[in-house]
Amino acid sequence: MLSRAQWIAITVVGAALLAVPSTMAALDEPFYTSLIARILVFAIAVVSLDLILGYGGMVSFGHAAYLGIGAYAVAIPSYYGIDNGYLQLLFAVGGSALVALFIGAVSLRTSGLYFIMITLAFTQMLFYLGVSLEEYGGDDGINTNRSEFASWIDLYDDATLYYFVLACLAVCLVFSYRLVHSRFGRVIRGVHSNEARMQAMGFPTFRYKLTAFVISGAMCGVAGFLLANLTEFITPEYMQWSRSGELMIMVLMGGMGTLFGAVLGAIGFIALEEFIPDILDLFGDGLGQHWSIVLGPLLVVLVLFARGGLWGLLPGRKP
Amino acid sequence: MSEALLEVRNLVKRFGGIYATDDLSIAVQPGEFHAVIGPNGAGKTTLVAQLSGMLKPDSGSIWFDGHDITALSTAERARLGLARSFQITSILKDFTVRDNVAMAVQARQGHSFRFWRAAHRDRSLIDPAEAILERLSLSERADTLAANLAHGEQRQLEIAMVLASEPRMLLLDEPTAGMGPEDSQWMASFLEGLKGDYSIVLIEHDMDTVFSLADRISVLVYGRAIASGTGAEIRSDPEVRRAYLGNEDA
Repeated sequence: MLSRAQWIAITVVGAALLAVPSTMAALDEPFYTSLIARILVFAIAVVSLDLILGYGGMVSFGHAAYLGIGAYAVAIPSYYGIDNGYLQLLFAVGGSALVALFIGAVSLRTSGLYFIMITLAFTQMLFYLGVSLEEYGGDDGINTNRSEFASWIDLYDDATLYYFVLACLAVCLVFSYRLVHSRFGRVIRGVHSNEARMQAMGFPTFRYKLTAFVISGAMCGVAGFLLANLTEFITPEYMQWSRSGELMIMVLMGGMGTLFGAVLGAIGFIALEEFIPDILDLFGDGLGQHWSIVLGPLLVVLVLFARGGLWGLLPGRKP
Repeated sequence: MSEALLEVRNLVKRFGGIYATDDLSIAVQPGEFHAVIGPNGAGKTTLVAQLSGMLKPDSGSIWFDGHDITALSTAERARLGLARSFQITSILKDFTVRDNVAMAVQARQGHSFRFWRAAHRDRSLIDPAEAILERLSLSERADTLAANLAHGEQRQLEIAMVLASEPRMLLLDEPTAGMGPEDSQWMASFLEGLKGDYSIVLIEHDMDTVFSLADRISVLVYGRAIASGTGAEIRSDPEVRRAYLGNEDA
């Protein structure tokens, strides 16, 4: 299903990502290892959003909720001295799935603008819940330990953490790729294309959409789990609505309904976020904080001239 | 009457004060080709919507194969074997012709909560799909995106999808709507070929198609069936002539 150019891109980007920790160590720039790890974490979240947004046509404007839940699944147990990574990962995935089940069961009864607004509203509720949890730092946030796995997976070692994140991304990508090409994935794409037709064929579409929504939420919970480990600090801001918007921008940048584009979208967006302010500051003091002045027009250009996003620039195989 | 495959009993649907379906009763026997005709505004579309489960009636009931299906969803009715085509062609435009039909095959093979195996290489989906494409002379177009088909071909594709779901009854909503005379003729002769193999309810505006095809005809006017019978009976029914033929015959 992938074209030659796409395979080459995956191989090149994959190889480059594998080489990051040793290269950065050699260059004595460890900051970039953690920056790229951060990109990979967001790539997981973007892949999860792309599953329902790109393939299912479900415009969830509240995906940051699961990022937050996954992060709190590390911080809250850690606060009580439970640093067991397996348990925390279980909390992250299970908690996100449960919340997605609830939000999806309500919001998927609507569509279009209503769906967008309801997913946004639920996420705002979770955001304010986070703010009100004084015990866990409220809106100041709270520090956390990194998760503990088997002795050979020491997440306090930056290279190990990096490869752990990379492995999670690879698993999510392979799983998602299989998913969208499976019978289930076909139904999700079919519902996006023509829901009335799918129902007339005998598919109870709500059940399929809800399942996809839960899978997507759970996967995004994994990203939250990793984000907490990366930053060793949790704040309700992970769940802010602007974060949900950023995830959507990354999906668009990478190319909707492409999965692998998610990685490019995350790289593109976070690189812009990181470097444009520095470049702007060269032109005038304080210009850097207005970096979205550049982001906005760039997005417009992308949507106008490259509908398939960055991934769409690669020659694909015709269906 | 009790062995009717589809039975509509005293169906009522109001929109405000207007009766779109007014105490309507129709019975279709197994194997029967039953046409429902009526002038514009007779309530044909409302009837189809209620039969397929997209609209709930205000009162009355719909029975299919001995089950009361009045409260069932569209998908549940489809799984019982009531497959429909739409007046405005409804296909999966982003899918190839083959994948459209394969989707209908997939629908009848039970649930699709299968997350791992690639569906596009699944012979149990492709083989039946290609057999049906062959039957509808769409084989050459199998790899074409459905959106790129000519209008007539899209209608053919929709019929292919209906057949692929191996229905017990076809509910066809004006299958020749918007077709040129050539395609219409093709469709009529194709429907002729289905006669006897399937129980069919054909909603049609075009009278000529109906009289040559249907075993029985119901004439709908203002939501009521003013007559029901064979083509000959309908032609000679004075009320039908007054309400419908008189106005339409030019």
